[in-house]
Amino acid sequence: MEQLLQHLVNGLVLGGTYALLGIGLTLIFGLMSVVNFAHGEFYTLGAYGTFGALALVGLPFFLALGAAIVLGALVGALCERTLLRPLRRESIDTVMLVMIGVWIAMQNTELLVWGGVARSIPHPFPTAPLTLGPLNIAPVRLFVVAAAAALIGASWLLIQRTRLGTAMRATFQDRDTAALMGVPIGRIHTITFAFGSALAAAAGALLGPVFLAYPSMGDLASLKAFSVVILGGLGNLAGATLGGLLLGVAEELGAGYVSSGYRDAVGFVAIILVLLFRPAGLFARAERVG
Amino acid sequence: MLTRALATFVVVLLALGVAPTTGDAQAPIKIGVIQPLSGPVAASGNYVRMGAEIARDWLNAHGGVNGRKIELVIEDNKSDPKEAASAAEKLIVRDKVPAIMGAWGSSMTLAAMPKLEEYGVPMVVETSSAASVTKRGNPWVFRISPPSEMEALGLEQYVDKLGVKKADFLAVNTDWGRGAIQAFGDMLKKRGVQVGVSEFMEQSATDMNAQLTKIKATGGDTLFLTTAVEQITLVLRQGQEQRLQRKVITTGGSSSPTQLIKQAGAAAEGSYHIVFFMPWFPEAMPDGKLAKAFVGEWNKRGHPFEGLTEGFRGHDGIATIAEAVKLAGKDEPKAIRDALWKVSFTGVNGPIKFDKDGPAGKESGQSKPSIFVVQVRDGKVALPDFLKK
Repeated sequence: MEQLLQHLVNGLVLGGTYALLGIGLTLIFGLMSVVNFAHGEFYTLGAYGTFGALALVGLPFFLALGAAIVLGALVGALCERTLLRPLRRESIDTVMLVMIGVWIAMQNTELLVWGGVARSIPHPFPTAPLTLGPLNIAPVRLFVVAAAAALIGASWLLIQRTRLGTAMRATFQDRDTAALMGVPIGRIHTITFAFGSALAAAAGALLGPVFLAYPSMGDLASLKAFSVVILGGLGNLAGATLGGLLLGVAEELGAGYVSSGYRDAVGFVAIILVLLFRPAGLFARAERVG
Repeated sequence: MLTRALATFVVVLLALGVAPTTGDAQAPIKIGVIQPLSGPVAASGNYVRMGAEIARDWLNAHGGVNGRKIELVIEDNKSDPKEAASAAEKLIVRDKVPAIMGAWGSSMTLAAMPKLEEYGVPMVVETSSAASVTKRGNPWVFRISPPSEMEALGLEQYVDKLGVKKADFLAVNTDWGRGAIQAFGDMLKKRGVQVGVSEFMEQSATDMNAQLTKIKATGGDTLFLTTAVEQITLVLRQGQEQRLQRKVITTGGSSSPTQLIKQAGAAAEGSYHIVFFMPWFPEAMPDGKLAKAFVGEWNKRGHPFEGLTEGFRGHDGIATIAEAVKLAGKDEPKAIRDALWKVSFTGVNGPIKFDKDGPAGKESGQSKPSIFVVQVRDGKVALPDFLKK
């Protein structure tokens, strides 16, 4: 029982970070129909951005996190303006290939700049865990979960409650009509891509200090983000959040009670089942994008 | 106009494969190197490459081998077995190397091995620990790293002194990790030590809390940990987050204790590590002078100190091949293979000399490397108390 509780706590903490990875990806797909294979690289960028801001610039920890997120947004905006905008009328496959190119280019740039050796990002939280009865949780992980929840909440508010969010949703529903109503489609796309990239960078900035920063760290993150998006339904923000939590708990329980050698398999079996029985995603009936 | 004509001429020359050379006797001796230079275990692969480059430069500074320079042709296997196989094929078919050193991880080495047999080119294995590497009956394989069984035997004499009564295992889900659990599990059971759970993690996994929660529930006293330094760092940190109080013993020699101290901090305190090179006390190595010179050259090049426990493998691997080429008198794959059986010299790790291993008639070569145990104490690497004189 104690073990089950600890597994559930671990799973929810892990799932919260998966959710954060998933919502950026699902937003970009939902609004722009871009399958962003470079999503994991923005995650890596966030981790190295934090490392650079801390170690090279000497910013305090929380400012470094912010700087990394801003960096993610800027690189995302740049990527949209230079690569995606000229391709807006192209097929989804062409864009997909370009994003695979971005993924490879960004990962190799990171390898060139930082080298292959993993970097440890220092954080100001105590390393001793908080103990509640039989449960242990590290303070830094609590911070990550709280920050992830705050970011997910803020994203939801932005999309549901602001004028910008309304414009984003209108663009998603019908691009041409939105354009006729005076929505600046180009700018909405840039902002959406920058926002999605910033969320990925935020995930990297938050998780970098928990794990380690290394150039190929984004591959695993991409894999998890895609799993979450498929679980939750493409373009579905609430679905991505729940899908993330579900994947985290499923993996944790699978590793705890089935076999840790098949930990990733448990997640993928869940995805196959979802695709078989609810091809549009577990939470397909919820309103798409927000 | 003239430059254009000249450029065309050069292009035609290159296309015909008649780029100007000064005759075969002066052409360098090529040695292929396959290492993980990118991907999850890239750090280790790059350190091995650095060590190999030191061996090459030392050999060339002394006039090369048989009067010819050594040239390394380095391929990245991207920490991926599939890539290791195609890297081996490329080195053999396109670069025509007569011998290879590689390929770090056991799964990568095992994937490259069929190519050796197919084309008849020998490979010196510098890191891999899985028993199967030398048990598969591939007569082109010569290993200078200890298989897990040998490591387990090396540790056996210290089991009582370490106070191991009930042990659990956590290993990377590869041939290396699975082989290590088997080997150390057998040794411990033979010594009457209770064995708890065996848990696995994918090579790229970063969150090991599920495995650690399960391990914590067994109530054992020791955790045997088999993976590369990146994951060891994460396991130690996450163990601390879960208040997992265990004696940790890492196997495989890729733990880089200096890097652990830097990156895992207090979580690394007290952990034991099986290593095959002790750069902290080079004078204690079998050839103290060589070990000291290697550490000196490494530092002079500005390579990170924490890479030394991996980097020596590259030196010893290239030195082994060079020694075989010298004995063979030519850089022809079959001759080098035959000469590898006669190699006998002392590398940074210690004496290198191959014994037969594997099915009769198709034996692979296996040397008997030196094995050491160190401990992290007060934020430094030290010899464990039971090893102090």
